[in-house]
Amino acid sequence: MRLADSADLPGLGSVGTWLNDPANWVKSPNNLLIHIREHVIYTVVAVLLALLIALPVGLLVGHTRRGVVIIAGLANSLRAIPSLGLVVLLVVGISPKIHETQAIPGVLDRGQLPYFIPIEIILVLLAIPPILVNTYAGVQNVDPYARDAAKGMGMTGLQVVRKVEFPCALPLILSGLRSAVLQVIATATVAAYAPLLGGLGRLIVDGDGQLNNKNVGYPAMVGAGIVVAALALVADVLLVIVGRYAVSRGISGRYRKAAAPQLPADGTVSEVQMMRA
Amino acid sequence: MNAIWNYFRGDQDEILHWTWTTVWLAGGALLVGFVVALPLGWLASRYRWTYPPLVTLAGIVYTIPSVVLFLALPGLIGTKILAPVNVGIALTAYTVALMVRIVADGLASVSGDTMASAAAMGYTNRQRLFAVQFPIAIPVIGAGLRVAAVSNVSLVSVASIIGVSQLGQLFVAGNNNNTLTPIWLGLIIIMALAFVFDGVILMTIRLLTPWQRAVSKP
Repeated sequence: MRLADSADLPGLGSVGTWLNDPANWVKSPNNLLIHIREHVIYTVVAVLLALLIALPVGLLVGHTRRGVVIIAGLANSLRAIPSLGLVVLLVVGISPKIHETQAIPGVLDRGQLPYFIPIEIILVLLAIPPILVNTYAGVQNVDPYARDAAKGMGMTGLQVVRKVEFPCALPLILSGLRSAVLQVIATATVAAYAPLLGGLGRLIVDGDGQLNNKNVGYPAMVGAGIVVAALALVADVLLVIVGRYAVSRGISGRYRKAAAPQLPADGTVSEVQMMRA
Repeated sequence: MNAIWNYFRGDQDEILHWTWTTVWLAGGALLVGFVVALPLGWLASRYRWTYPPLVTLAGIVYTIPSVVLFLALPGLIGTKILAPVNVGIALTAYTVALMVRIVADGLASVSGDTMASAAAMGYTNRQRLFAVQFPIAIPVIGAGLRVAAVSNVSLVSVASIIGVSQLGQLFVAGNNNNTLTPIWLGLIIIMALAFVFDGVILMTIRLLTPWQRAVSKP
């Protein structure tokens, strides 16, 4: 995995040429469209699983206000795990123990599952902190009067969460989701360190040993990186549009004026926000 | 655990050297990135029209996979391909990308009343920025800095792929020899480093914001 020290590396101009060559997009067996599709699959599966875990936990913690310190600490330590190290650890450690090699039609080819599972574990671990932290911070920041009013109207705890706290916290939850998606898309490139898996990282990892090759070397690596960034941008725009329609107008109207900041993982942050409210 | 310790003892000098390289790369990038992000974040909070372009640009930089950035930098700025400076610059770019938005949001989160009171007390704009707005935004900015520090430390390990020796070397060794011991050792040292960085920043925030402890929690 070490490069030769090559002074005569193809320039960045070659990246443009590479990206403009239709063969690299559709024709070649290792083309961009295939890898984009795989990349999107890895991302969507990971983000959905992370939502399934982080959303209920975040709502619960925000609603009961119990365990905030533990969750904040846990979220921060999840960030400290180097994804590359975890990939190697899980691929060396658990992949050989998974004997399920079934193909999942439309998602995975035969034999990919033992490597798909560790990669998804890593991506899910990565996506959980932003969603979790923003969910509980969002619920904590709900106007206490609105919450009290809901309770006073006879709503049960579950109804308060569903009809008041969740909709009010939605802008922050969505901004957490956006940073989760952003990070997962960028990190899904590590999937290529596992054998048999693809994604846009495949072009980056495979280009490594043959930098000077103008078809699969340096231009392909940087080109794939640009596509990753573009993919993230598209996903971000889509989520912003979803937010436009999903967030109640009564809330977004108020938030637009205050330019709802996306808040990082800390209790102190929500305190500042509360001070402002 | 014993095997991990033995592995460490067996290659102590080199591993400690790698640890230092990791600390320098992550810490240096954090400091430089923070210093660059402060004025940019201030700009984005002071002149609101600069906020969307700056934050969007930062978001895009943040999504570029680190390997690609490590490799594209020699093409962009003419550094040598294997030089550790590429890693430092890439991590600095990530730090700036993460911190610009947080500095801007932190500064913007200072209440208008507070700012108005400061102005009424005769603070000039500059005094108000440094004596009122920045200190009040420290908890928000500090929280962002903690995230940046922790992710920088873990990102350094990716540089192994382009041949810059640091703690990520342990992952490569584990991968090549199909053994878990060096991988565990690498994970432990890197996470420990991340916690040290985190702790130092946390303590600094505490020292800089004594008023936070004086206010009782709601």
